[in-house]
Amino acid sequence: MTRLLTFWFAHRQELGVLLAQHVLIVAVSTLAAIALGLPLGVCAARRPRLASPLVAIANVVQTVPSLAMFGFLLPVPLIGGVGARAAIVVLILYGLLPIVRTTIAGLNGIDPSIREAGVAMGMTARELLRLVELPLALPSIVAGIRVAAVVGVGSATIAAAIGAGGLGEYIYRGLSMVDSTVILAGAVPAALLALAVDGGLLWLERQLLARRRARSRGAAARLALAVVALAVLSSALIARRSTATVVVGSKNFTEQNILGELVAQTIERETGLPVDRRLNLGGTLICDRALVAGDIDVYVEYTGTALTAIFHQPVAASPEAVYGTVRELYARTGRTLLPPLGFNNTFAILVRGRDARALGLKTIEDLARQAPRWNAGFGYEFLERPDGYPGLASAYGLRFASAPHVMDLSLSYRALASGQVDVIAGDATAGLIRGLDLVQLEDTRHYFPPYDAAAVARAEVLLRYPRVRAALEHLSGRVSADDMRAMNYAADVEHKDVARIVKEFLDRR
Amino acid sequence: MPAPAIEYRDVIFARPGGPPVLDHFVLTVEAGEVLALVGRSGAGKTTLLKLVNRLLLPDAGAVLVQGRDTREWDPIGLRRSVGYVLQDVGLFPHMSVADNIAVVPRLSGWDAARVTKRVDELLDLIGLPAKQFGLRWPDELSGGQRQRVGVARALALDPPMLLMDEPFGALDPVTRAELHAEFRRIQGRLRKTVIIVTHDMGEAFALGTRLGVLDEGALVAYGPPAAIAGSRDPRVRRLLDALPTIPPPPAERESRHSSERSESALGGGAPSARGNE
Repeated sequence: MTRLLTFWFAHRQELGVLLAQHVLIVAVSTLAAIALGLPLGVCAARRPRLASPLVAIANVVQTVPSLAMFGFLLPVPLIGGVGARAAIVVLILYGLLPIVRTTIAGLNGIDPSIREAGVAMGMTARELLRLVELPLALPSIVAGIRVAAVVGVGSATIAAAIGAGGLGEYIYRGLSMVDSTVILAGAVPAALLALAVDGGLLWLERQLLARRRARSRGAAARLALAVVALAVLSSALIARRSTATVVVGSKNFTEQNILGELVAQTIERETGLPVDRRLNLGGTLICDRALVAGDIDVYVEYTGTALTAIFHQPVAASPEAVYGTVRELYARTGRTLLPPLGFNNTFAILVRGRDARALGLKTIEDLARQAPRWNAGFGYEFLERPDGYPGLASAYGLRFASAPHVMDLSLSYRALASGQVDVIAGDATAGLIRGLDLVQLEDTRHYFPPYDAAAVARAEVLLRYPRVRAALEHLSGRVSADDMRAMNYAADVEHKDVARIVKEFLDRR
Repeated sequence: MPAPAIEYRDVIFARPGGPPVLDHFVLTVEAGEVLALVGRSGAGKTTLLKLVNRLLLPDAGAVLVQGRDTREWDPIGLRRSVGYVLQDVGLFPHMSVADNIAVVPRLSGWDAARVTKRVDELLDLIGLPAKQFGLRWPDELSGGQRQRVGVARALALDPPMLLMDEPFGALDPVTRAELHAEFRRIQGRLRKTVIIVTHDMGEAFALGTRLGVLDEGALVAYGPPAAIAGSRDPRVRRLLDALPTIPPPPAERESRHSSERSESALGGGAPSARGNE
C-alpha cells in the first residue's frame, strides 16, 4: 500500500496525464457511440426487420476480444493504426451495442396507446419522437450509455497496447516488469474511474426517472452535460502531447521498453529533436504495421524475428547472412535496418536452477528426456511463430506431459519459479534469469536463428534528419549481452525506473 | 346547409388478408350531432373512427370530412381539427396534466399566454381546477379524472369534431354516470360534432342524439333514440336485451332501478329529457 502511494506520488504528473488520456478516450468514444447508436436504435425500432440483423452484428462485434480488434484495425487507413484514434474507434464499436439495444428496448416498451394518442392528436413523426418517444425511452437509453461508458473504461486499459496511452500503460508496464505495484498503480485508478462513471450515470438515470422533481430533470441533464464537457476539455488540455518530430516505439516487454528508451534518449541527446515515446505496443506485428503506417518512426527489432515473423523467410544459421537478408527486405519496403546494437537475444529455453542441478540438465537434448514428465508454459507468440515451439518440438523430438500452457511472456518467468510450469521459453537477456535463479539450456542443434538487436527506422525520417541516422549508428555495437541483462535485471528485479537505468547507462559511456 | 361534417360514401375496408371490416358502408353525420355507434367487439367501430382522422384510409369508397376526401387532407391538419379520445386515454405519463393539454397548442405555434389561458379554461370546463390539478401527474389521477383530461386534451385546439372510442368503457358505473352527465353539460355548451362508439347500449342512449347499430361491418339500424328503442330487428333487440338495468333517467335524477326492463322507459325517457338540457 505504501509502495503504491509512493509510486503515485513519484509519478503524480504522469499519473495525471494518463488519467486524463483515459477519460478523454472514454468520453470521446462514448459520445460518438451515442451520436451513432441513438439514430441507429431509432431506425431499428421503427423497422423491426432492420433491428435483428443490426443487433446481431453489434453482438458479434462485442464478442471480438479487444486486442484482436486493435489488430484488425492496424492496417486500416484513417481509422486504424496506432494511437488514441484507433482506440477510440474500437471503443465506439464496443459502445454501440448497449446503446442501440437499450434504445430499441426503450422505444418498443412504450405503451402503444400513448403513441397512438400522439399520432391522433396530429403530431408529426418527428414531434412524436422528440416530445413523447425519446423522453419515455430515456431512462432505458441512459442505462445503455452507462453500460457503454463502464465497458469503455475497462476496454481503454487494453488500448495502451496500441500506444493510445491511458491507465493501461501502468498495467502493461507492471506486467512486463512483473511488478504488481505498477500494475495496481494503473488498475486501481481505472477501477475507481469505472465506479465513478457508473455512479454518476446511475445518479443521472435516477434523476430522469424521478418525475416528481420535473424541474430538476432539466437541471440534472444540464449538469451532466457540463461535467462531460469539462472532463473532455480538461483532459484534452492535459493529455495533449507535444508534437514530436521523431516517434520511437517498442514492444511490450521490459527489454523493449529499455531499448525504446535507449533509442529515444540517444536521439534526444545527440540531436536535440523532441521525441515521442510509443512504448509497450502489443507485439512484433503491431510494431511492424505501425512502422509501415508511419505511426512510429523507429523501434528496435531482432534480425531473426524480422526474417521469420515479418518477412516469412526460412531460418538461416549465420548471423551475417540473416542481417544482410533482413536489411535488404526492409530496404525494399522503405525502411532502413541500422547496424546491430551488439547483443543476440535468442530464445532461451529455461528451467529452474535447482531442477537443472538435480537432474544434470544442460542442453535442450537433456530436456527432451525429461519433458514427458513436465509441463511447459509458452507465450502466445512463441507457440504460433514458425521459429517457435512447433519447429523446436520437431527439431529435438520434444513432447510434454500435456499441451503447453499459453501464458503471457512476462508472467511465465514467475510461473516457472513458483512451480506452475517446469519449462518456459524466455529471452536470453532476461534479467529475471538471474533474479529468479533460472538456467538457460543450450541449443546444441542450433535450432534458433540469430536474434541480433538492431534499430529499424523509416528511411524517409533518416533522410529528413541525417542527425538521427548518425545518432542511431553511434549505438552500433555499444550494448553487449551483459549490458542488456544488467539493465533488464535493474528493471525487472530491482524495479528501477527505466528512464533512469538508460540515463545511467548512457552516462557511463 | 353546408356540407355534412362527416360522410362515409360506400366505404370498403379490410385488414390485409382478412375479411372486410366494413362492406359498402354509408353514413352521414350532420354538424352538431352526437352520433352514438353501438356494436359488439369487432363490429368495426374503431375502424370507423380511424377512417375519419386518417389513421386509416378506405380500400374503396371515400370518407369526407367537411366535404373533403380524407385522402386530400393533410393528415396533420386533419388530425388537429378532429379531437380524439381513446378508451385507455393515452395521457403522456412524463408530462403534467397541464402539459398534456398544452402540447398540441404549443406545436401549433400558440404563444405561452394563450396556451396557459386555454389550459385553465379547459381544466375549468372539465371540473378539474388548474390550480389544484394542473401540475399533477397522470398517475396521480383517478380513472375518471384521467378520462376528463383526455377529453380536455382532445378539445385543446377547439376542433369542430370529436371522436370518442369507448371513452368511458373502463370506468365504474357511478363514475361513468357522472361523466355522462358531465359530457352532456359540456356538449350543451360546445355543440361539437361527435361520434362516440360504445358496446353499451345504455351509454348510447345516455349520450347520443342519433344512434347507429353496427353488426359485422354494416349499419343495421340508424335513427333517433326512440326509433332504435322500438326497433324489431333481432340484431338490435339482442343489444337492447343485454342491458343489465334500465338506463338511468337522464338529467339530474341519477337513481338506478334494479333489474326491471321497460322499453317504454327507454323509448320515452331518454330523448325527451335530452331536449330539456
